[in-house]
Amino acid sequence: MSVKVDISHRFTGFDLDVQFHAPAGVTALFGPSGAGKTTIIQAIAGLLTPESGQIEIGDRPVFDSATQTNRAPQRRRVGYVFQEARLFPHMSVAQNLTFGPRARGQSIDTGYQDQLVEMLGLGGLLERRPHALSGGEKQRVALGRALLSMPDILLLDEPLAALDVARKEDILPYLERLRDHTGLPMIYVSHAVSEVARLANHVVLLKDGKVAQMGSVEEVFSDTKAASVLGLRDSGAVLRARVVAHHHDGLSELSGAGTKLHLPKVAAAVGDTVRLRIKASDVMLSMTRPQGISALNVIEGVVAEVHDGQGPGVLVRLRCDDAHILARITRRSATAMEIKTGQKLFAIVKSVSVAQADVGT
Amino acid sequence: MSWLAQYLGPEGFAAMRLSIWVSLWATALSLPLALWVAHLLARKRFLGREVLNIVVHLPLVLPPVVTGYLLLVTFGRRAPLGQFLQESFGLILAFKWTGAALAAAIMGFPLMVRAIRLALENVDPKLEEAAATLGASRARIYLTVTLPLMWPGVIAGAVLAFAKAIGEFGATITFVSNIPGQTQTLPSAIYALLQIPGEEPLAFRLVIVSTAIAVLALVASEILARRARPGDAS
Repeated sequence: MSVKVDISHRFTGFDLDVQFHAPAGVTALFGPSGAGKTTIIQAIAGLLTPESGQIEIGDRPVFDSATQTNRAPQRRRVGYVFQEARLFPHMSVAQNLTFGPRARGQSIDTGYQDQLVEMLGLGGLLERRPHALSGGEKQRVALGRALLSMPDILLLDEPLAALDVARKEDILPYLERLRDHTGLPMIYVSHAVSEVARLANHVVLLKDGKVAQMGSVEEVFSDTKAASVLGLRDSGAVLRARVVAHHHDGLSELSGAGTKLHLPKVAAAVGDTVRLRIKASDVMLSMTRPQGISALNVIEGVVAEVHDGQGPGVLVRLRCDDAHILARITRRSATAMEIKTGQKLFAIVKSVSVAQADVGT
Repeated sequence: MSWLAQYLGPEGFAAMRLSIWVSLWATALSLPLALWVAHLLARKRFLGREVLNIVVHLPLVLPPVVTGYLLLVTFGRRAPLGQFLQESFGLILAFKWTGAALAAAIMGFPLMVRAIRLALENVDPKLEEAAATLGASRARIYLTVTLPLMWPGVIAGAVLAFAKAIGEFGATITFVSNIPGQTQTLPSAIYALLQIPGEEPLAFRLVIVSTAIAVLALVASEILARRARPGDAS
């Protein structure tokens, strides 16, 4: 199951013109506010009719301006999780959950319902009304409601944006489980880099209503041109590493980017692959292998690209074995070090964060 | 009920029964139309929307006598529409209780539409969108999401229209006159009694009954609305 989108739509002062393909797994629609993310997702759901183009869910065309096809939202089989939950206030949690199957006149798959209730931790909430739920609980109910309507695709429109950090941590694991245990394609709208790095398999980077770039998370996040869309402060490479050992001093040893990495204890078993995010501003570059420094992680690499930005900074992309690392340094340093493509350098990484534990991959 | 019949006398009791009967019909018949008109005014953008809005509100601002006269001109026995209704459906309005129901319905209609429209405007269309993505048809969305959420407003509108119908006087007496036992409603009866010297005590009894009906209607609406009140918006 996958989704194909090729649409154009004119608003006053804003043109949307995008083409992309979302395969199984999580595809993040990522970009600054006003880039057209929500418009695209609404068009997929049928809540907004684009002026021209085609949308296919699976093999079914749900919208085609050439043949005047435009299926009603009711008949698109999309699960839509909105930013503000949108639970029905006059119904209990249980009634909200079963709204989809009841609306379609289908019998409720109680096995699946129990499984969802269990997975989303809704057991104690079933008789409650939405106004008695916390923000995180509401979003979990909304997620369960969308899933129980047996959609072909799940659309998530910044489902975590209205929540505080603790509540986000409440929900992210559920989304990860969904991604890892169902074949359901998910389109995830977000403007939070950390969420995207953690959840997404694919990224469609949007800017001013156009696709600026798309590809796997690793590709997009280690691209220097993407950095201007992501925002320099948040730019940074995403790479995969395998857990080799957990040491007694609280550090975990991982293998990735052609070297050994040491991180504070990673919550994954030995042999698991995890996704790491290294912010470009947390990376120093050195021409020789540094001696006598406190930083544990030094990665050897070859300069693949030097991207001159507009500010005083320069973004350098290093190829380290099969991975890429971005480093943000000053232009003055870059000039002094005479950094150019093909040069061998050492990246000193001050901090590495685990973006996600990719259990089972 | 017999004590009430004794208390009010045969004519007063008949007036009370007719008033309730006429008001129930007026409310029941105008409710579906009011739901539809409220929906048009609150949710649709179309040519003539403002005109519709004015026409609906006209009975509220016109002198009731004028409304009654216009009804007589439109639905009287010699008026084309009145003749058509009589010949096609055997329905006679002028000087009949059916006419009293029509007059009461028209006078209460703006109040009913206003209350329902206000309630509908408070229903978040985003909830209806969510219901659509979950696979609910338009009719189902209206019945299971929209209507339950605006229910308190619907009840308030119906009670307001009912109370207005009980108290309606000017249009009714102009359109269907004041025939005891046939078209004499509570207000017409009170008016008639007040014209006769010495009948004031009976008039006063009818006033008490009118007040009691109005209070009962309000209490009933409070109970119904409270029972149907949805939780806070999510």
